[in-house]
Amino acid sequence: MAGSGIAHLRADEKRALTVENLVVEFPVTGGVVHAVSDLSIDVLPGETLGILGESGCGKSSAGRALMQLPAPTSGRVLLGDAELTALKKNDMRRARAKMQMIMQDPVSALNPRRKVKDLVAEGLEVWGFEGKDRAKFVDDLLSSVGLDPAVVRDRRPHELSGGQCQRVCIARSLALDPDVLICDEPVSSLDVSVQAQVLNLLEETRERYDLSMIFIAHDVAVVKNISDRVMVMYLGKTCEVIPSDDMQNKALHPYTRLLLASVPSAADAQARAAGEATAEAPVKDVELPSPLNPPSGCRFRTRCPLATEQCAAEEPVLREMRPGQFVACHNVSA
Amino acid sequence: MTSESKSPILVVENLRTVFHTPRGDVRAVDGVSFELRPGETLGLVGESGSGKSVLGRTVMGLISNDARTTVTGKVTLGGVDVHGVKRAVRRKLWGTEVAMVFQDPMTSLNPVKRIGTHLTETLRFHLRCTRKEAEERAVELLTQVGIPEPKRRMRQYPHEMSGGMRQRVVIAMALACDPRLLIADEPTTALDVTVQKQILDLLGNLTTERDMATVLVSHDLGAVAGRTDRVQVMYAGRTVEQGRTSEVFAAPTHPYTDALLASIPQIENAPHSLLRAIEGNPPDMANPPGGCRFAPRCGYADTTCTSDLPLLQPLAGPGRSVACHHPLLAGAAPVGSEHTHGR
Amino acid sequence: MLRQFVLRVLELLAVLLLVSFGVFALLSLVPGDPAVAVLGEGREPSEYAALRDEMGLNDPFFTRYFDWFGGVLHGDLGSSLIPPVVPVWDRLVAAMPVSLELAGLGLLIALVVSVPLAMWSAYNEGGRIDRAIGAFTFGLLSLPSFLVGLVLIAVLVNSMGWFPRTGWVRITDDFGGNLSHVFLPALTIALMEMAMFTRILRNDLVTTLNEDFILAARAKGMPPLRIMVSDALRPSSFSLVTILGLSIGRLVGSTVIVEYLFSLPGMGRLVIEAASTGNYPMVQGAVLLIAVVYVLSSALIDLSYGYLDPRTRRARA
Ligand SMILES: Nc1ncnc2c1ncn2[C@@H]1O[C@H](COP(=O)(O)OP(=O)(O)OP(=O)(O)O)[C@@H](O)[C@H]1O
Ligand SMILES: Nc1ncnc2c1ncn2[C@@H]1O[C@H](COP(=O)(O)OP(=O)(O)OP(=O)(O)O)[C@@H](O)[C@H]1O
Ligand code: SF4
Ligand SMILES: [Mg+2]
Ligand SMILES: [Mg+2]
Repeated sequence: MAGSGIAHLRADEKRALTVENLVVEFPVTGGVVHAVSDLSIDVLPGETLGILGESGCGKSSAGRALMQLPAPTSGRVLLGDAELTALKKNDMRRARAKMQMIMQDPVSALNPRRKVKDLVAEGLEVWGFEGKDRAKFVDDLLSSVGLDPAVVRDRRPHELSGGQCQRVCIARSLALDPDVLICDEPVSSLDVSVQAQVLNLLEETRERYDLSMIFIAHDVAVVKNISDRVMVMYLGKTCEVIPSDDMQNKALHPYTRLLLASVPSAADAQARAAGEATAEAPVKDVELPSPLNPPSGCRFRTRCPLATEQCAAEEPVLREMRPGQFVACHNVSA
Repeated sequence: MTSESKSPILVVENLRTVFHTPRGDVRAVDGVSFELRPGETLGLVGESGSGKSVLGRTVMGLISNDARTTVTGKVTLGGVDVHGVKRAVRRKLWGTEVAMVFQDPMTSLNPVKRIGTHLTETLRFHLRCTRKEAEERAVELLTQVGIPEPKRRMRQYPHEMSGGMRQRVVIAMALACDPRLLIADEPTTALDVTVQKQILDLLGNLTTERDMATVLVSHDLGAVAGRTDRVQVMYAGRTVEQGRTSEVFAAPTHPYTDALLASIPQIENAPHSLLRAIEGNPPDMANPPGGCRFAPRCGYADTTCTSDLPLLQPLAGPGRSVACHHPLLAGAAPVGSEHTHGR
Repeated sequence: MLRQFVLRVLELLAVLLLVSFGVFALLSLVPGDPAVAVLGEGREPSEYAALRDEMGLNDPFFTRYFDWFGGVLHGDLGSSLIPPVVPVWDRLVAAMPVSLELAGLGLLIALVVSVPLAMWSAYNEGGRIDRAIGAFTFGLLSLPSFLVGLVLIAVLVNSMGWFPRTGWVRITDDFGGNLSHVFLPALTIALMEMAMFTRILRNDLVTTLNEDFILAARAKGMPPLRIMVSDALRPSSFSLVTILGLSIGRLVGSTVIVEYLFSLPGMGRLVIEAASTGNYPMVQGAVLLIAVVYVLSSALIDLSYGYLDPRTRRARA
């Protein structure tokens, strides 16, 4: 895993978003954090790409780099035909409005001193909204995300629940009629019973507004449910790209399989109960290597059950194993 | 089940914990009862704010009557009335009779103390053993919880370890003096997905080995599903449903349990399938709705539900009960709304 | 680690160099004529001019600075301009221990009182004891230090006659006598610092006591006092230590006042006297010495962060 490559990009189709060889590095005292190393992505119109990975693997850094917040260390980001990474600052900001981002913590993503109606209209103010009826436009947006405009219009974020705040964030991002929506763990901080509401809303919104979506999360089931295609990341690299339908049964990369095996389920716990309950053998070094000093070759090799010498020497490149499924690993075959 | 013949190690009767806050009284735990026998594992599930942590802490006596808190009801732990005895007596139970594992291993270890000190101070305090004996025992404990190179780890500080390793230390600390009851408060919520299962397995193995009673608090129904004997579903400080875990999850009778199970994305679902979401938000605990706490969000609610508080009523099945005016028994049809998506 | 240490020492030296320059420059700018200080008033202008020339006061600024600084490097801070004409260094060596003892003892008393007080207060957070201690420290903070000193003198010296009003006995001569002379002035200093320390530490303790690891320690059955001392205190003391560092600067000011009030032969009095008579080599020497002590103790405080928080150790290494 933990490889590079662009075999999975679909150059012959019309793409809503194309990212080539994205690199995000943060200089810190004592070295450079390799948050994202050579990541390539494409998203077709109306498609949802899920990005799955553990904490610290660079999901948020990648998402922010797409938005040019801050601009990536290197790599190209094309939104439709506009190459954001090549545009001048003002042109870039204008073009970027077609791409919106939703954050993990909805409460802190909203300015606590502004009212909901102003928050939703924020983008309109910046870009000069020509339409006549701003109030009506905002109300329509609020209703479309399942909020009663009459109730929430004049409230401030702290008077709303986490789920409602996330709805406001979604409404705000829709105001500029985006083509691409990047969702960075949009439900991680919500109550279990509210998560489903927001997931459904995102699904419906994507359909209604004909959006392309990048959905970042660490929960396998959530990502599988909402995405067409899933990209599994590890320490800033791509392990596997796979149609979400095939996730559960056809995943090949050892890391994807580790993630799938980690989903707690009644079945595996019963299997455990049937087996012997003995003191555990010391675990293999499961610690995530530091992104300051990632392992050579395949970055997953320190935790990989299939690792060989080749894995330390050579970085694996994404290869097509089945139609639509790409794996970066030296030691798997279809 | 052999455990049912043993006498209970923990008996909780009608426990209530009320916090007196400037916003009004918060009834975080509102009349909860259960029993636990050696070797038994109880799952405590519910959403954020449903009172799981407060319940766990009140059971231990870490939360007790003081200027801002009122605890009523009775907790009997190994024969001791936890809230009826002096603080010093209660403290003697902690570590030896009952121990706790916390949610966030990043914050539940003292950042300025070495790993070894965390373990040895407990051992030396409770077992009154020498430093050397304590150190030997600590190394043994670290080995048991699967920490490689325990001797070297003893001299490290918490920040030098990963989250999973730290949680193993917390578990070792909890088990140091062989408690008979372990309360694990969301032990894996703050950990990486790949580590969660390891920790749950470890906890399961260690408690089975020692024939300990365990309370596993979690909002992750998947984690509770295969690892507990019985489960208690909490909503707004109250138990809404309890029974054998397998039975409750296979055939939930409370509309909340049912809806919660249906609202969680399953990996088996087809892509883009809509979930059966629960409308509305969990209630404000300082000002809960009258009648059934779940009524405002419930698809089956009628006027009885909004006026009368449903009490736990026994159902068929060992220890099975539900607090609902319209439990979902086989064939019962919902009043009004239809299920949009079956599971 | 060694590299860190060497860098740190170089940094210290650079600071001291800068300080020496600052001290010299500042005193060259203050009004007053050293020649007048030496000869007294009412002489012929030519006499003053001749003396100025002899003292090298007409040399360019940097020549004077390097002359002086060269002397400093050899331990020669010059001689007092005013009789008795003795080397400045000798006067400083006599006065410094008095001030150090005063400040040190003051800080010690402040810490010995404020740490338990803060713990008691934090343990009873929001309770009656907490509020009483809060009110008391707030009251103390709003009083100027000389007032506290005057009240102490009025009560303990004048009415009760427990302590000598003024004067000094060296610690090497008579330990008990020394203590009875230094105690009241040190207490005056301590009261001021104590109020601040208590409040700062209490607030940090309250935060720490709400941390999970304290709950975890309680759940292990550790007794409250032990948790307070062995778990809560160290992680709560960052602000206290920072304030301690800052208070060293403030302490210089308060010792001056207190030494004056109790007529103690310390640095404070030395500086005041020297400054008011235009005895500039004395002032330069004294200020330089105070600055050195200050810089060194700040460095010590910095080092103690590493002890307090192992996390910063790695960051430094
Ligand atoms: N501004 C920054 N400066 C230095 N390092 C950073 C910065 N932002 C992120 N990092 C580091 O880059 C790596 C990737 O971080 P990122 O936030 O992208 O991870 P993530 O996959 O979103 O994780 P999570 O699931 O915890 O949100 C981490 O090691 C992080 O510590
Ligand atoms: N010390 C306190 N003072 C006032 N209210 C409190 C206090 N501790 C908890 N509460 C309230 O009690 C309720 C139950 O909290 P509790 O922490 O038990 O929830 P939980 O089920 O453990 O949730 P989570 O999954 O977030 O841990 C919440 O509404 C909380 O705000
Ligand atoms: S009592 Fe009524 S409102 Fe409550 S869960 Fe049952 S049906 Fe729903
Ligand atoms: Mg992130
Ligand atoms: Mg909790």
